[in-house]
Amino acid sequence: EDRLITEALSHPDFFNVKELFSLKDLFDARVHLGHKKGCRHRFMEPYIFGCRLGQDIIDLEQTMQHLQLALNFTAHVAYRKGIILFVSRNRQFCHLVESTARACGEYAHTRYWQGGLLTNAHVHFGPGVRLPDLLVFLSSLNNVFEPHVAIRDAAKMNIPTVGVVDTNCNPCLISYPVPGNDDSPAAMELYCKLFKMAIVRAKDKRRQREVFDELQ
Amino acid sequence: LRLIYTTTVVQRKNVAAAGPEKYTEAFIKKQIEEFNLGKRHLANMMGEDPETFTQEDIDKAIAYLFPSGLFDERARPMMKHPTEIFPEKRKIQWGEDGRPFHFLFYTGKQSYYSLMHETYGMLLNIQEYQDQMSAQDSPPEKEKKNLPGSRWLTKMELEEMLLEKLSDHDYSRFIQLLQKIVALPYGTNEEKYMQKFSKEITVQLQKVVIDPLQYDERGVAFSTAEGQRKTARATVVVYDNGSGKITVNGVDALHYFPVLQDREQLLFPFQFLDRLEKHDMICTVSGGGRSSQAGAIRLASAKALRSFVTEKEVEFMRQAGLLTVDPRLRERKKPGQEGARRKFTWKKR
Repeated sequence: EDRLITEALSHPDFFNVKELFSLKDLFDARVHLGHKKGCRHRFMEPYIFGCRLGQDIIDLEQTMQHLQLALNFTAHVAYRKGIILFVSRNRQFCHLVESTARACGEYAHTRYWQGGLLTNAHVHFGPGVRLPDLLVFLSSLNNVFEPHVAIRDAAKMNIPTVGVVDTNCNPCLISYPVPGNDDSPAAMELYCKLFKMAIVRAKDKRRQREVFDELQ
Repeated sequence: LRLIYTTTVVQRKNVAAAGPEKYTEAFIKKQIEEFNLGKRHLANMMGEDPETFTQEDIDKAIAYLFPSGLFDERARPMMKHPTEIFPEKRKIQWGEDGRPFHFLFYTGKQSYYSLMHETYGMLLNIQEYQDQMSAQDSPPEKEKKNLPGSRWLTKMELEEMLLEKLSDHDYSRFIQLLQKIVALPYGTNEEKYMQKFSKEITVQLQKVVIDPLQYDERGVAFSTAEGQRKTARATVVVYDNGSGKITVNGVDALHYFPVLQDREQLLFPFQFLDRLEKHDMICTVSGGGRSSQAGAIRLASAKALRSFVTEKEVEFMRQAGLLTVDPRLRERKKPGQEGARRKFTWKKR
C-alpha cells in the first residue's frame, strides 16, 4: 500500500488533470469575470489581470496553474481514500454542489455551519469521528459576505483547503486557492464537473492498482 | 492505607465513552436474545406455555413476582422488548474505515438536510416540466384540487420521522417549501412524495342529530330528552295532543314549584314556540336546588321540542339560548379566603 502511494508521487501530474480543462473552457464558462473594483480584496491583486469598465478581470494563466495544482491535490487525496468535504454557502448552487458530492461518493456541507463542527467534533458527533481530510470551497464567503468560518477552523485543525476565491475573497488561509468567478452558474457547473472528474479518476485508478496488485 | 474514592470520577469518565457504544446493533441484538430467553424462563416459572406467552402475560407475571408499592408506574419493575426500552437512537454513523455512510453527515442534521435536498430536487423537476410544457404550448395548466381534508405533519411527527431534533425555523422552512411546490401549476405531479408529509383530518360532523318522534300505544307522538343545570339532572318526556299539563316527579308542577320564577322557567320553551297548551310533559328531576331543577327541566324540554319543530325554529331556539347548557358551577372555597372570592377583612394594623 505504501508502494501505491510512493508510485503516485513519482509524477508531477500523475492523474493527468491538465487535459480536463483548457483556457477556452475557462473563458467560455466566464471564470475570468470578477466583481467591481470597489469590492476588490487587497490580497487578490496579484491574481487580477486588469480592470475593464470598473469590473475586475482575473488572470486566467494564473488560474490555470492554480487549478491544475488544486485538482492534482484533490486527486491525490481521493487516491489515498481521504474524506473530501465540499463547502459552499451560495444558495443558488447548494443543490448542485450536494448532487456533485453525492455523485463522487464524497461529502458536502452547503447549509448553516454550526460553531464547533470541526473544532468540537467529539461533542457534535461522537467519540471516534473521522474528520475530513480535505475541504473544497466552491464559494469562499458566507451569506453575509464574510470569510467562511470553515477556512479558519480547517487551518486550526491542520486540514488542507482548496478554494475558489473571487475578487472580494481573502485567499490567505486557503492552502490551494483558485482565483475565479464563484457567482455565475456556468462557472460553478464547470468547477463541479472538474472536481467530480478528478475524484472519480483518482478512485478508479486506485481500484485498478489494487486489483493489479492482488493479481500479482 | 486509606481508600481513595475514585468511583464518581471513574463513573463520569465511563459515561462519556460508554454512551454511543450502548446502542450498536450487536448490543441491541444481544438484548433481544436475552429478552426472549427471559420470556421463556418466566413462562416456565408461571407454568404457562412458552410459545404463547404474550406481553400482557409478562406484565402480569412481573407484577405477581415483584410486587411493588411504588406510586409511579415507570418506577416499578418492568420487562419489555428492547426496542421499546432503548429509544430508537442513531447507531454509529460511520463504517470501519471511518467514512460516514450519509453524504450529508458533516452538516450535523443529515436526515433533515437530505429531506430538504430531495424536496428541492422535486421543485426543480417540476419547474423543468413546466418549462417543457410551456415550450410545447400545451393547453391549460391543470386545476389544483384544494381538499381541505389534509394537513401537513406537525413538528413532533416530523421529528419522529427523521429521528432528529428540529428547530422551529427548520420546520417552518420545510413547510414553506412544501407549500411552494403545491402552489405551482404542475405541483400535483409529485403527489406520492407529498402524501408522505400530509395527514388526513377526519371531518367531524358537528351537526347535532335530532331524534325523530316516537309513537306510544295510543298513537300519540312523544319525545324524550335530558338536561342539566348546576348539579340537577332532569329527564323529560313531551307528549303531543296535550293540554299543557306538567308533572314533575309524580307531583303537579304548580305544587312542586311554588315560586313564580321557576314556573316561568318551565313554560318558557313552550311560550317561545307558541305551543303553550298543545303539549303534556312528564319529568323526573334530581339533585341541585329549586332554581337549578327548574333550569334543568327547561333545557330538557327545549331539547325534546326540537323533534316537533322545523329547523328554522330550532335555530331560533338556539339563538335564544334555550338549547345551550349553562356551564356555571359552584366555585370552590379557597384557603386563606372566606369564600370563593371574598377575602378576609383587611386590617391595616
